[in-house]
Amino acid sequence: MVDQTGTVSLSADNLTLQHGKTTIIESLNLTLPLGKVTAIVGPNGCGKSTLLNGLSRIHHPIGGTVLLNGKDIHKYPSKEVARKLALLPQDTISPDGINVEELIRFGRHPHQSTMKQWKMSDQEAIDYALNAADLNGLKDRLLNTLSGGQRQRAWIAMSIAQETPLLLLDEPTSALDLGHQIEVFELIKELSEEGKTIAMVVHDLPSACRYADHIVAMKDGKIVTQGCPKKIMTKELVLALYGIECDLIPDPMTGSPILINIKRVKSL
Amino acid sequence: MVFWFNSPPAQRSVMSAFIPVALLLVFCCVCSLLLGAGNVGPKEAFQVLLGQGTDDANFIVYELRLPRTLIGLVAGLCLGIAGALMQAVARNPLAEPGLLGVSAGSAFAVAIALAMGASTATLPAELAQVGALIGCLCVIAVTQMQGQCNDPIRLVLAGAALTSLLTAMTSLLLMYNERAADEIRFWVTGSVAGRNFEQLMSLAPSLIIAFVCVLYVARPLASLALGERVAIGLGYKPGRIRLIVVFSVALLVGAATAIAGPVIFVGLVVPFMARALIGVDIRRTLWLCVPLGPLVIISADVISRLIAQPAEMPLGVLTAMVGAPVLLAIVRSQRLPTL
Repeated sequence: MVDQTGTVSLSADNLTLQHGKTTIIESLNLTLPLGKVTAIVGPNGCGKSTLLNGLSRIHHPIGGTVLLNGKDIHKYPSKEVARKLALLPQDTISPDGINVEELIRFGRHPHQSTMKQWKMSDQEAIDYALNAADLNGLKDRLLNTLSGGQRQRAWIAMSIAQETPLLLLDEPTSALDLGHQIEVFELIKELSEEGKTIAMVVHDLPSACRYADHIVAMKDGKIVTQGCPKKIMTKELVLALYGIECDLIPDPMTGSPILINIKRVKSL
Repeated sequence: MVFWFNSPPAQRSVMSAFIPVALLLVFCCVCSLLLGAGNVGPKEAFQVLLGQGTDDANFIVYELRLPRTLIGLVAGLCLGIAGALMQAVARNPLAEPGLLGVSAGSAFAVAIALAMGASTATLPAELAQVGALIGCLCVIAVTQMQGQCNDPIRLVLAGAALTSLLTAMTSLLLMYNERAADEIRFWVTGSVAGRNFEQLMSLAPSLIIAFVCVLYVARPLASLALGERVAIGLGYKPGRIRLIVVFSVALLVGAATAIAGPVIFVGLVVPFMARALIGVDIRRTLWLCVPLGPLVIISADVISRLIAQPAEMPLGVLTAMVGAPVLLAIVRSQRLPTL
């Protein structure tokens, strides 16, 4: 295994991103804490997915830069970025007739060339990814026959096989039930404990507080606040982000904030 | 054997399908040399292959049937691979190479040459290829102008628009030129008869370029099947992949059209058969298309010689008559594989 311990930094410097002619994010600054899980939260349309796309070089910025190890991410060859940064987008497609191991093999593409396609280190990385995502018993199963949680674990395993110090995930649990959500979040937590720097867009606020070390709260394309969930999560913040009233209590087991007594603010 | 048929297509090895198809192809090639036009029966033709034939028989087998078989091989290879590429890049199992304005472009180029006094017999093979390239470059130019080369649907729409425009212009051209209209009638129906070695050889460089492109683009194209952003995340550039694919398709279809006329349905049906045999992964499909494309064309050609004796049915008519029911069956089948 390549040593992946927080060696590669990713930050946005004065970043401005547009969708067509609409500015989604303007002059945003952000540095992902090394070796930690960062959750980007906020209401629909606040620009969190756009930010993630910008950070992962899918969107070209209109202004400002995304810095990968201090250098503009768009100045690197795309394949070199793919060896430093893995991305799991929301709109993945699971083609018919592809099995789990075949999917994970795609994660090795950035490490291979057209001429030299398969090395020992590739198989090692795949075995490692299968183990890490607990997919050993499922490696020959067709992707389309898996449950949602298993399939999402297979996609994450593909990113693991990419052996990157950075991992960006766009709503990795959005289509999953509670059990499968926990399955995926715990895997993400384990990966960060091994040293990966992870950023994910998450809708579920309590899960974000529970599994992330760092929360970035966004609204209208701007960062409202960021920091450790226990410190920044207040009922005022929830009201500002989502327009709902609630009370926060610490989880008796983990201490992370839980939302209770949630109600809509009635407009006058 | 039973086990093979019961296993899911994607889990069969490529070789387990490739070898039987290749053997069948060899068999059809031999049939193609032994059967068909000219007063040389299978027995005489067989003696020619053993080196004991008469001069007449030698002429018919080596000067007529052999080139025709080779052209069938090359055209089938080109169309099968082009079809598989086209369907993968358009994410549409019903896409056809002709969709990119490729066939219409080459037909238009040929029509212009004929109207200016050329004859089908002496027509340089590159002409159709150049027409195909110009046709698909127009399509790409339109989509690029909009900055939308990343959208396969727009690519196909632009191709369809250009195809109808070019077809209309070809008809217009032929309306005013009766000789050209007569000449092109045979060319348009598609036939592997009456073409020669020189035409084939002149296409070799462009085919080599196309095959190198295909080898290079197969892996990136397979990753594109996982989603646009996944491919970018893996370090590929989807826009560039599509450009290379479209360029290769133009070279391949142009070459096939130049030597065999616009043979339809082969590019559509061959990838379908390949997927039914070994699954949707483009890298596997492409390998199987290598023997499968020629097999379809050559078997169609042999049958066309037999059922229309002593005349020969144009290949394009036969592939359409065989291909249409196959296509209808596919459309009616329970589920189309998603690409």
